[in-house]
Amino acid sequence: MVANGIGARALRKEDQRFITGKGRYTDDINQHGQAFAVFVRSPHAHAKLVAVDKASVAGMPGVLAVLDGTDVAADGLGNLICGWLVKSKDGSPMKMGAHPLLAQGKVRYVGDRVAVVIAETYAQARDAAEALAVDYAELPATVALADAHGSSTLVHDEVENNLIFDWELGDKAAVDAAMASAAHVTRIDLVNNRLVPNAMEPRAAIGSYDSGLDQFTCYVTSQNPHVHRLVMSAFIQIAPEHKLRVIGPDVGGGFGSKIFIYGEECVVTWASKKVGGRPVKWVAERSESFLSDAHGRDHISHAELAIDAEGNTTALRVNTKANIGAYMSTFSSCVPTYLYGTLLAGQYKTPAIYCDVQAYYTNTAPVDAYRGAGRPEASFLLETLYEQAAKEIGKDPAEFRRQNFIPKDAFPYQTPVALIYDVGDYATTLDRALELADYAGFKARKAEAEKRGMRRGIGISCYIEACGIAPSAVVGSLGAGVGLWESAKVRFSHTGKVQVMTGTHSHGQGHETTFSQLVADKLGIPYEDIEVIHGDTEKTPVGMGTYGSRSLAVGGEAIAKSCDKLIAKGKKIAAHLLEASEADIEFKDGQFTVAGTDRAKAMGEVVFAAYVPHNYPADLEPGMEEGAFFDPPNFTFPAGTYVCEVEVDPETGVVRIERLVAVDDFGNVINPNIVEGQVHGGLTQGIGQALLESAIYDGAGQLLTGSYMDYAMPRADDVPSFEVETAAGTACTSNSMGVKGCGEAGAIGSPPAVINAIIDAIGVRVEMPATPQRVWAAMQGLALAAE
Amino acid sequence: MTKVSMTINGKEMSGEVEGRTLLVDFLRQNLGLTGTHVGCDTSQCGCCVVHVDGRSVKACTMLAVQANGSKVTTIEGLAAADGALHPVQAAFREHHGLQCGFCTPGMIMSAVDLLQHNANPTEHEVREWLEGNICRCTGYHNIVKAILAAAESMRGGVAHAAE
Ligand code: FES
Ligand code: FES
Repeated sequence: MVANGIGARALRKEDQRFITGKGRYTDDINQHGQAFAVFVRSPHAHAKLVAVDKASVAGMPGVLAVLDGTDVAADGLGNLICGWLVKSKDGSPMKMGAHPLLAQGKVRYVGDRVAVVIAETYAQARDAAEALAVDYAELPATVALADAHGSSTLVHDEVENNLIFDWELGDKAAVDAAMASAAHVTRIDLVNNRLVPNAMEPRAAIGSYDSGLDQFTCYVTSQNPHVHRLVMSAFIQIAPEHKLRVIGPDVGGGFGSKIFIYGEECVVTWASKKVGGRPVKWVAERSESFLSDAHGRDHISHAELAIDAEGNTTALRVNTKANIGAYMSTFSSCVPTYLYGTLLAGQYKTPAIYCDVQAYYTNTAPVDAYRGAGRPEASFLLETLYEQAAKEIGKDPAEFRRQNFIPKDAFPYQTPVALIYDVGDYATTLDRALELADYAGFKARKAEAEKRGMRRGIGISCYIEACGIAPSAVVGSLGAGVGLWESAKVRFSHTGKVQVMTGTHSHGQGHETTFSQLVADKLGIPYEDIEVIHGDTEKTPVGMGTYGSRSLAVGGEAIAKSCDKLIAKGKKIAAHLLEASEADIEFKDGQFTVAGTDRAKAMGEVVFAAYVPHNYPADLEPGMEEGAFFDPPNFTFPAGTYVCEVEVDPETGVVRIERLVAVDDFGNVINPNIVEGQVHGGLTQGIGQALLESAIYDGAGQLLTGSYMDYAMPRADDVPSFEVETAAGTACTSNSMGVKGCGEAGAIGSPPAVINAIIDAIGVRVEMPATPQRVWAAMQGLALAAE
Repeated sequence: MTKVSMTINGKEMSGEVEGRTLLVDFLRQNLGLTGTHVGCDTSQCGCCVVHVDGRSVKACTMLAVQANGSKVTTIEGLAAADGALHPVQAAFREHHGLQCGFCTPGMIMSAVDLLQHNANPTEHEVREWLEGNICRCTGYHNIVKAILAAAESMRGGVAHAAE
């Protein structure tokens, strides 16, 4: 056994640079001759763009260039794309309005890019951007999702009713029949609040052009540099792919918001050539991030759950309206459809499910994947619905869920909404969570709280999610424009040190650590001898990047396969050196041994022989470097139970989270520290959604929550210490490691647990975010005026 | 342009700045000390925390000229000259108190100041102190754990009396 192999709580390799201030994020990179870009953004939610008066800043100090939509058009650059084609019920393709790099003719949300000013210094660029005269003719705006259908204002003139698609999944007739014969139907209306992802590092990009090489380079805050390169090349047409290098250096958090290809990185890269190839740097201010990063969630739903006389759920019907914002961002269409409707079976054996989703344009920032992406919306709907149903039919919410679980022996299990769950054991995670949370002792704690004048509540959520986003053939048949495999290369040097090149990208997940543990374990070499390289299209094999908790389950498996190829080659070399038959060579703990003997060669000796092949098999290539691609047969399905306990102060409506227990089945775990850290972060984002966060536009389309003064981020004193465990450990069958993925679970499972606990405490429904004002009003039976 | 001089991480440094230049921009752009980060424009996130004359300060909320003549410590100057980590740095690593690392310099500098004032904080006091530092990755759980552990090790291994 190597130290720091699979299962070890290895300390992270990344940390030395980050705790000493030596991280290298995009804004930390300064190149010779660098100029600065500031974007001029629309102050209106909807307006005709009459004119950009470039002459108004001509001659201002330091100004090098002012570019607008006419320049983009003149150079024939393409539009931004949405890479997933969703079809409506009638088979017609989604209706996508054009999404130019810089506005052409019209602006469609506050923050829409109108022009870019490039100057010698940041201050000069900013001064000129403020001085640039832009003439707008204001138009009425469609802001609220509820108003989009039938609004007289069309965000894109060609998209009738602002309706992008009307999609469905499941067996409508079977659901209708089950509803008609149900003993009880529970109904719910809910809003999934709009969120701003808020990675702490604002988006940034530096574009440069080398005329000697005829090559563009773009440093960008990206979760997937190869996808950036593909889109910037094939669709935007800045340069052919081999003439464009994209680097995602250290990236300060993503949570989905840095998957997407935005106009800013395209513009600074293209613009570099216009200012003599000088590097052009753009860094978003936080208020710019609020306006222009893709937002998340923003659904309005109605759901109905049919239950028979014994308490078995027999059908689920869901209608959801989803806000897409003013333009279709890179993956916006798949979030409220294939990452949402397909998850509506949850952990339950409900035989009939039907869901339809209408997606609308509004004059707000684009909406796309944010941590969980569709799955938190599904889990919130389902788990608040089940909680309410249990209460309506007088069953204990935990027991009602248990009764309806897909039993452990029913896997692989085909759900009525397309997915096949490979493995699971939901009763075990439920049992362990109830035990940790002392569910049985809750009544006594509630009574004690009542004596103090406090309302205490407990809430459960049994979430499931589909992650390890792939397989290509499946996503392709559902409309994805790309394949979702992953790649790796593992390279020994003469001296036995290892470089691992991965197509995934780490921006907080700790891949340098986890992947090193995996390789140390596979190859039997020291953890310290391994270096993981990611984030540079010139250094890494083509890969699809990091999102959908796919890096280990898909990217890690490509690494594991590369290691297997190295071991297979090593056996040939060892057989030659040991004068044995290849079939007799065994590999374990870094040693190639002739079976049943003590004759062995260490990995280092075999590697050296491969690079100094003086005594070497005649028909074998020298060198020890192997690569692999991996396209898994299925998604992975992490699941678990979260239990939240709250106290509500009836005088003020303030909610305090007393306990949050999270028990997850992630299959096998490589580094428990990292897995627990991912859950902690996800839980806090989920608590943020449940209690604090909400992106609010006023009626004119101005973002009211445009800074940390107005948008309530969870702070250290808003959350408790968590009780986090893994249990059941059903090994995923779609990869050799048996891993599932843990990046999003916390944010998927926690909002319903928190809201269910509050409802349990106060006895009435309350929407997210459950602010003190809302909770207090709900307790008084008051409806709050629309915000 | 105005000339400013300060002692930064023990070294005399000076530069020419505009009146409007923020301390954080002076550190990052003039001096190349990019360990101090900028995460917001409203003095909320704490990614930019440094020490000025021994006290934690949001470097985005102070003009470079205001720091003229001061002693400034940034994250780059926290470890000993031989590279030995400050106990708070070591505890962040030991307890997985960071993920993407972007909030980390500000978190560490802020925590060091807390422990200067209060060698024996409760979990509640740590959480209250961190009110001005936002982390989007860790959920604070391991940051709080790291700071409590650092406090204990700085006191010479004496565990906190039960809260
Ligand atoms: S940069 Fe956010 S507080 Fe200073
Ligand atoms: S570690 Fe990423 S913001 Fe704190």
